[in-house]
Amino acid sequence: MTDVRAVPPGPAGAPGAATETGAPADATAGPAASSPAASGPAASGPAASGPAASGPAASGPAASGPAASGPAATGHALAVSTSGLTKRFRGGQVAVDHIDLAVPRGAVYGFLGPNGSGKTTTIRMLLGLAFPTSGRAQLLGVPMPEGTVRVLPHVGSLIEGPAFYPFLNGRDNLARCDAADRTADPRTAADRINGALDRVGLLAAAGKRYRNYSLGMKQRLAIAAGLLTPRQLIILDEPTNGLDPQGTREVRALIREIAADGITVFVSSHLLAEVEQVCSHVGVMRTGRLVFQGPLEELRRTGAARIRVQTADPAAAAAVLGRLGLPDPQIAGDEVTALLGDFSPERICAELVHAGVGVRGLGVAAPSLEDLFVGLTGEGFDVDG
Amino acid sequence: MAEAPAIESPAAGAGPAAARRAVGPVRAWLRFFRSELRQVFARRRNLLLLAVVALFPILIGVGLRLASHPHGGGGGGGLSFVTELTGNGIFLSFIALTILLTLVMPVVVAVIAGDSIAGEAGYGTLRYLLAVPAGRTRLLAVKYGVIVVFALAVTFVVTGVALATGAALFPIGPVTLLSGTTVPLAEGIGRLVLVSLYVTAAMASLGAIGLAISTLTEHAIGAIAALAIFVVASEVADQVPQFAVIQPYLPTHWWNSFDSLLRVPIDSGTLAKGLLSFAVYLVIFGSFAWARFTTADVTS
Repeated sequence: MTDVRAVPPGPAGAPGAATETGAPADATAGPAASSPAASGPAASGPAASGPAASGPAASGPAASGPAASGPAATGHALAVSTSGLTKRFRGGQVAVDHIDLAVPRGAVYGFLGPNGSGKTTTIRMLLGLAFPTSGRAQLLGVPMPEGTVRVLPHVGSLIEGPAFYPFLNGRDNLARCDAADRTADPRTAADRINGALDRVGLLAAAGKRYRNYSLGMKQRLAIAAGLLTPRQLIILDEPTNGLDPQGTREVRALIREIAADGITVFVSSHLLAEVEQVCSHVGVMRTGRLVFQGPLEELRRTGAARIRVQTADPAAAAAVLGRLGLPDPQIAGDEVTALLGDFSPERICAELVHAGVGVRGLGVAAPSLEDLFVGLTGEGFDVDG
Repeated sequence: MAEAPAIESPAAGAGPAAARRAVGPVRAWLRFFRSELRQVFARRRNLLLLAVVALFPILIGVGLRLASHPHGGGGGGGLSFVTELTGNGIFLSFIALTILLTLVMPVVVAVIAGDSIAGEAGYGTLRYLLAVPAGRTRLLAVKYGVIVVFALAVTFVVTGVALATGAALFPIGPVTLLSGTTVPLAEGIGRLVLVSLYVTAAMASLGAIGLAISTLTEHAIGAIAALAIFVVASEVADQVPQFAVIQPYLPTHWWNSFDSLLRVPIDSGTLAKGLLSFAVYLVIFGSFAWARFTTADVTS
């Protein structure tokens, strides 16, 4: 990785604070960056780095180089980074196609995409479970899968749903995981296991067999396994899958708590709505490609806002908007809309009034995140096969 | 890992370092090994298997006792050791081993070995163990260690129960070995222990084959069945005279050679060949399991 700079770790949950990744690989070029630009680091120009959030810290490209080259660099700016990461299955199907992830430390990174878009395969490669066909991946600055034994003790994970021995109870299942961890101290095991169970609210059910757990409890036990030892990064693959709204809320609250401790959270989901409230950054996958990556705010900004004018004289209003140079004016009943661009709504209002057009209502509407997300990933099931 | 702290970052704020690494690598290995061992020996299915295995020597002993003439002479047809049994109960152990080695013991070992990796894959726990990270080589080694301990347990359950049953149903005393020499009972039992260790080695080599098969699938039952079929095929081939040339290389060929230990002097040449055969199978299939398991994608 050469595209890494010494950005101080940002406070958890603060969207984009200081950690805005101006890294070239970052698909900050917006929606236009769809596939080609997102896959080639060189493609997205310097203009890409987003406004506001990208402070001075993020603008010095010179910082890439020696500081970042040590595999175990302390305070490595990125918790997860990949370059050209690709997985081609034996059948020839490309599940993950040259993706360049950049997850800043301290971020809550929503890894979004429809089912089958390559999210789980990516996570399996990040965790050393699957080997990439080409490209590189780093966790906490350590190359994977070579660094598996070194770095994974600092990474908690939930991978494609919970899985434990059905004939053991929750506590024994966690004890088994802990015993497998060669860095875990056996003397504190009992306390840590209880602590993790308590944290996910399973302490009362710890003695119950796993097979008798509800789906939500199973999910929480898996998260507890990820919290057995202090972590720097938590990777959660579809943590809300199959949960009822109540369970989904609990998981979200848990993610917030984890992030509040300064732990980077990488959470995948096929539902934007489930994670948008907790995410500071998002990456959007579509058929194996990363079609957007950046702070959530930036995704929001990519939605082009339209000015909406309600008036008794739509034709005159449309003429004013057209004269101002607003693109794509449209009339629908007593409402006129046009792309807002860089104009301020106040000025448009003044112009309308000045032109003698009676304005009943005026507003700015931006597409919802959901709309943007669907625009990026396509609609319906099994998009793009 | 000594290098682990290198990636500890103040940013983590993740709390006390107390949870980390106060133990040496050896103790960490032992802890994992003990945990897996407890896993296997606390599992009801496996205990049931051991109980069934323990039942066989009792049934065999009772059967032979009922069939035997009150004035000596065996009722076991061509089965070796049966004529000696009526004179000395210790021979029930050798009879039980001979009978159970054909199928019962290999199948029980196959259950544990076939389940070792495939079972974890089937439950999905394999991905979590590897993400801990247990370490692929370390996990494989620990799994194999557990198989060996289980093979040892199966063997000693058979010989132990058979010895107790034999002592209860038949006279017991100084042992007349196959070479005609008579040794004190204590030495006879000593030889029985050596026989059990030899059989354990045979089962351990079978376990390595099972481990290798187990890395190929996520269906434990498939791995278990494959290994059982493998054993039967080898035993059948071992009985067909036309296959005489390859018979010494069959994995099951030397299993019953433990009778070499019941001679004076001990037939060490045969034993050495048997142990060599076990070692070769262990190395070949152990290497295969390692090569496969450390390079394959875990997709379960």
